[in-house]
Formats: sequence, C-alpha cells, structure tokens
Amino acid sequence: MVLKAFFPTCCVSADSGLLVGRWVPEQSSAVVLAVVHFPFIPVQVRELLARVQQVSRVGVTVLGTWCHHRQEPQESLGHFLEGLGAIFSHEPWLQLCRERDSKSWTCKATRRQASAAADEDQVLLIFYDQRKVLLSRLHPPAALPDRQAGDATPSARGLAAVFDTVARSETLFRSDRFDEGPVRLSHWQSEGVEASILVELLTRASGPVCLLLSWLLSLLSAVSSCWVCRLWPLTFVGSKLSTCEQVRHRLEHLSLIFSPQKAQDPTQLMRKANMLVSVLLDVALGLALLSWLHGKNRIGQLADALVPAADHVAEELQHLLQWLMGAPAGLKMNRALDQVLGRFFLYHIHLWISYVHLTSPFIERILWHVGLSACLGLTVAVSVLSDIIALLTFHIYCFYVYGARLYRLKICGLSSLWRLFRGKKWNVLRQRVDSCSYDLDQLFIGTLLFTILVFLLPTTALYYLVFTLVSRAVWMLGLGLDTGLAQAPAPGGRRAGPDPSARGRGQLPAPVLAGPAAVPALQTGSWRQVPRPSARGWQASPPPDADEPPALQPRDAHLPPPQLRLPPQALVELPVPQALLRGAHLPLEAEGGQAGLRDTAAVRSGPGTLPSRPTPSGTGAGPAWGTSTAHRSWGLGAAPCSCSSPVCWGLPLV
Amino acid sequence: MEDEQSFSDICGGRLALQRRYYSPCCREFCLSCPRLSLRSLTAVTCSVWLAAYGLFTLCENSMILSAAIFITLVGLLGYLHFVKIDQETLLIIDSLGIQMTSSYASGKESTTFIEMSKVKDIVINEAIYMKVIYYLCILLKDPVEPQGVSQVVPVFQSAKPRLDCLIEVYRSCQEILAHQKATATGP
Repeated sequence: MVLKAFFPTCCVSADSGLLVGRWVPEQSSAVVLAVVHFPFIPVQVRELLARVQQVSRVGVTVLGTWCHHRQEPQESLGHFLEGLGAIFSHEPWLQLCRERDSKSWTCKATRRQASAAADEDQVLLIFYDQRKVLLSRLHPPAALPDRQAGDATPSARGLAAVFDTVARSETLFRSDRFDEGPVRLSHWQSEGVEASILVELLTRASGPVCLLLSWLLSLLSAVSSCWVCRLWPLTFVGSKLSTCEQVRHRLEHLSLIFSPQKAQDPTQLMRKANMLVSVLLDVALGLALLSWLHGKNRIGQLADALVPAADHVAEELQHLLQWLMGAPAGLKMNRALDQVLGRFFLYHIHLWISYVHLTSPFIERILWHVGLSACLGLTVAVSVLSDIIALLTFHIYCFYVYGARLYRLKICGLSSLWRLFRGKKWNVLRQRVDSCSYDLDQLFIGTLLFTILVFLLPTTALYYLVFTLVSRAVWMLGLGLDTGLAQAPAPGGRRAGPDPSARGRGQLPAPVLAGPAAVPALQTGSWRQVPRPSARGWQASPPPDADEPPALQPRDAHLPPPQLRLPPQALVELPVPQALLRGAHLPLEAEGGQAGLRDTAAVRSGPGTLPSRPTPSGTGAGPAWGTSTAHRSWGLGAAPCSCSSPVCWGLPLV
Repeated sequence: MEDEQSFSDICGGRLALQRRYYSPCCREFCLSCPRLSLRSLTAVTCSVWLAAYGLFTLCENSMILSAAIFITLVGLLGYLHFVKIDQETLLIIDSLGIQMTSSYASGKESTTFIEMSKVKDIVINEAIYMKVIYYLCILLKDPVEPQGVSQVVPVFQSAKPRLDCLIEVYRSCQEILAHQKATATGP
C-alpha cells in the first residue's frame, strides 16, 4: 500500500519537530502543512490545532515526526521522537528523517494495528511549493448529479483535495517566528508574513471610505426620490432622457461597489471587481474625452457650428414643404388642405428657428457645463450627446406626430364609414362586426363624409409618409449611439447586448413597416381584427378588451413596462391598434390614452427603484464567470492571506 | 535503471527512446526527435533570400532585403520556440498520475498532468492517414457514465514513433496500470 506524503519545500531545511497537517484517507495521502519545533507543550499544540480546526474547518492533526540531523545522529532524539508517537496518536504514524547534507531521506510509516499481511507501507514523498499551491485556488467543480449531500466540502477528488487543504488552512500560516506564541511553527510564511504595506493601508482605509461613500450615495438616491421629483412632468421627462437613465445606472453601480457588505462567493466578488473596473475605465475614457474637448477651444467651435447646422436643417425642411405644397412627384393634391397643412408646418419651423436663435448666445456656456458631465463616464457623455440630438430634432418628431395623428384620424373615420356604407357596425360587446339598419339620413351623411375623406386621403397619406421617413432617418442616427450605450454592463452583472425586444430605441420601427403596407390593408377594413404580426409588421399582442391595459414591450431591460390604457372607441367604434414605445418618444397612439399614462407613470416610474428583473439572470450568469481557475491574478501586492479582510469591505483587492 | 534504444518514426527519421525505471511504480520514457537539419534550414533561408532578391531587382527598394533578413530571423526564432519539439517525455507514477512534457528547441517546456483517478486505460490506436499509423493514447474516465470514455489524449504527437517503439512503452505502462488497479482494489 503506497502512502503519499506531500511535504512543503520550505520545511526541507527546518529543525526537527512534529509534522502537522491533514490526512486524506481516500487517497491515503498525508498533506503536511507545517512543522512544530521543540520545545513545545503537547497541550498547547493540541489547543492550537483545535483552534485552527475550528476556524478553517480542516481536520489538522499531528501526522508524525520530522528529524533533521544537523550534527551527529543523536540516539536520544530518536527515542524521544518515538515516544511522541504515544502522546499524539495517529494512524499511520509518519517518520521522516534526513541526514545532514545528504540527499537521501528515510521515510517510514508505521501502523499501530499491524494487519495480517504486515508489510510496511511504501512512502511516496512529493514536494510541493506551498506558496504556489496557496495562490492557485481552484474553483469547486460543478456538482455532479450523483453527489449526495454527504460529500462534504473539504473533501474534493484527487489532487484537488491537496490544493483545497492547503488553501483552506491559511489561518495556520498567519503566525510567523516573530510572534510570541507558545508554539513555534515552520511554514512558508514563518520568516515573516508576506504582505505589502500599500495593500494593508488600503485595507484599513477602505472600510471608512466605503461607509462614507455609501452614505453619500444613499443621500443622493434619497434626494432623487423625494416628492419633488415625483411630480408628473419631471418623471415623464426623466424617463425619456437617456441621461437620467445613465446617471441612475451609474449610481446603482457605485452603490453596489461601495456597499459595506462582504461578497459571499467568488462569483459575486468577480462581479464587483468587474463593475469597479468598468466604472474606472469609463471614467478614464470620459476624462480623456473631457481633456480633448476642452482643449483648443473645441467647444466654441462646436457651438459655432451648431446654430448654422440647425438653420440648414430648417431650410431643407422648408424646401421639402414647398415641394409638398406644389405638385410632389407629379401627384395632384387637394389645394386647400395642402396649403393649410403646409403653412401650419412652415409656421412651426419658423417658431423653432426663432427658439434656436434665442438660445444661441447661451449655447456655448451650456455645452461647456454639459461637457463637464463627461467626468462621470464616457457612457454619460454619449447619453448626453444622444439627448442633445433628440432635442435638436424635436421638431421633426413633432411633424411626424402631427402627420401620423391626422392620418390615424382619417383612417379611423374611413373604416367606420366604410362599414356604414356596407350597412355594418362594430359591436363593442361582442368585439365583432354586425349588420345594422341605418336610417336614410344617417346613410346619406355617412356616405357624404366617406367620399370627402376618401378624396382627402392622398394628401394626408403623403404628408404622413414623408414625415415618417424623415423622422425615421433621424432616429437611425440616434440608434447607433443607443446601441453603444446598451453595451455598458448592467448592475446585475450581465452584459446587456443590443436586445431589440427590450430596448425602446432598439426596436424595429413597426409603424414604418406598417405605414405604407397598412394602406391597402385598411382599405379592406380588416385591421380591426387580430392583427397578423408577421404579415403586417405589427409588433403587437392581440387587441385588448376595452378595459384591460395591454402589456407593452419594455423600454429597456430595467424599467417595468408601463401599462397604458388605450382609448377604446374614442372616435368611432374601433379599437385603436397597439402602441409601441419608441425610445424617448411615445407614439401618438399611446398618447391618446393620456389619462392612463398619467396615473400609471406616477406609480411606476416615479421612485426609480432597482429593477427586480436582473437578479435571476445575474445568478444565471454566475457559472460563466466562475469556471476559470487561478483567478487571483490581481497583481496588487502579494497578500494572499488577507483575502478575507478586503472582501469584507466590498473592494476586490486581494 | 536507464536504458536507451533507437527507433524510427513514421517519416523515417531516427528517434532515441530513453527509459528510466526509478522504481516498480515509477517509470519515465523520453523520446528525442531528430534535430533541425542544416540542409532544410539552408534550403528555406536560401529560397526566402532569393525571392527577396528577385523582388529587389523589380522594385529597386533595399528595404526588401532588410525585411527578408528580419523575417528569416524572426521566423526561425518563432519556429524554434513554438513549433520544433526536441523531446517528449512520459512519466508514470503509480497512484499519482501521468505527466507529459514537451520541450521545445528554444528550451520552453510545456507540461500536462493527468491524475490517476481519471485514467481509464492506455491503448494503442490505429489511424488511417495516407497510410495506417499507430499512436499511443490515454483514455480518460467519464464522470457521468462509469463505462464510458470522456476524452482521448494522444501521447508523443510530434515524435510520431512507429509501432515497435509504441509496444515497448505500452507494455511498461500496462504493468504499472495493472499494479495500480490491483492495489486500488486491494486493502
């Protein structure tokens, strides 16, 4: 029977003494952790081992004796050592002996109860480097399906048990030869505990610093959730601007990093470390951007270029409207309606340009101060940029809203009157089309109105189409920035990729797809039924009942989906089709239910609390973090035995 | 106890197998591959430099020549460090495991260790490449299925010895594995 003895290389030149370590019976191997030197009192040795065992939960015992003859071999020492076998009984008792300056060792393992085939055990001596084994902590292997609960944690299979034993018994290595303890040990740190002053100082300082920072952050979040900020306009604006979103994320990240609680397991530790590193990187990039912006008067140049750019855009829009007011693409428009709509939009542009010119003297100051926000991180700067773009093109969005609203009105009217034309009616109760007998004057007026609407349709449709295209083109510009923002890590530790179903701005613009294609669909009057999503491009659930608010797609992964109450049969007896959230702008269909929006928005998006969603995905992403071995490669100083104290302050310093 | 024999590999080059029997439960096999031949080195260098000279006469740019020299040096160093394996060693320790070491011509060593509890068996497998070649491989146990094999680890990948050399190594390894299985199932 071969007995494997793992001996640390640092104890090769140690004086004689007792071997202290752990016996692993499954592999019949003895892992020697330290050597206890003479003189010692057995009671104190037992106390020390019991203490170590209690703290580290590793079964540390006396395994045998170690004899290093520096002078002539002493017979008395030999007897003394054998006598020790009676005091500290262990089965089997290991006796290692080394002559002075000799390469050959004597290894003996004796068993008290000699078995029938009483041949002495062969001893296989394996030297291991304690420091390296301690520094390479193996992650526990994935639990196999046939492992019972009885497979206790210290026992791992194979050589992992040795690694495990050494790594877990670091309490034994805390005392060095400068400590005035009753027992003198020899191990890899007995010449002095390895540590770095910087790491120690940081460990001591990190506690109060973390407390202070987490208090400040809690103060900030309390301020932001006070009653002033819960008023409806502010919450509405705040939920639309992505800057507020990013700042909120940043607050969450920071509060997680600086939380005074210890990380429970390596996956949480890695998550914290990951977040800290990403925040630092973000801030570094933001500062680089800041220094670039504030040099060479770039902000002034930017501000100077901004107003002419806005003017240019306005001029192009005016040309577009002039074109529409004429005979666009050879189509003949209804003169009066054309002029009305065209003049309305032109007036809008005029207002917008005057507004921009009004704020032009202040733009440089504003930009300068806004540029300072880049020190919070690059993501915040990018979100500010995307918000600026959204605000500058707000008028285009407004035009889209007007055109679409008009178009929607017209289509509603048309469908209802078409039904009337055919002698049918929408039954609200049964949610279907029923036949109905109308009076003659109802029919007459209905038919007249129908004709009028039909002939006005091309004009409205054209305005709708043109402005939808223009607003989508602008939206595409913002999409790139938002996709970049979506790559930032979420507080749940999960890298949020551009998830088109989850983020508002990342969604495919269904109205665009539905717009031109819906025209023939609407003329057949079939859109009031359950919309066929793939055929028509609606990203929608089936039409709701009148009273039940539908579940909409969430704006992003962190806000719960706002529940909107659509106006059922607001105009005529038709359900309004599903609304979609598009980034910073609510589509007009949803705005139709403003009553519902007001109370639900106040309920949902007010407090700005942490989302409940990322936690299951966070733990699901756990194994993906934790399967690499030897994760302790921080390089921040060799303080391997102090890994528990920085962890308790939440900093990933090892 | 040390022993040296010479065999040949599948391409016809000379291999030297060194066997060391440290104890009944510990053996080491060391295969030395043929060294980098001067002929092939000269041939490659000359071809690269001739091509560079041809480009130089076309382009009249002397950077090409210096680039060719640089490329040759870097390529040689890279080849010695990453590709050319000088020696492959297989060390079996009963009840501990199997260790495979490859040492490169530049002195780099790469080691793989497999625990004995994971080793199911050592076998010689056949493979049909352009002809039939044999290779020694270690079969690893499948943790889920006790009779299955989870992984096949081939040994002596660069040396590629022939069947006679493999049989020698195989016999020694089987002795140790049998011994290990006997003691494992014993008291």
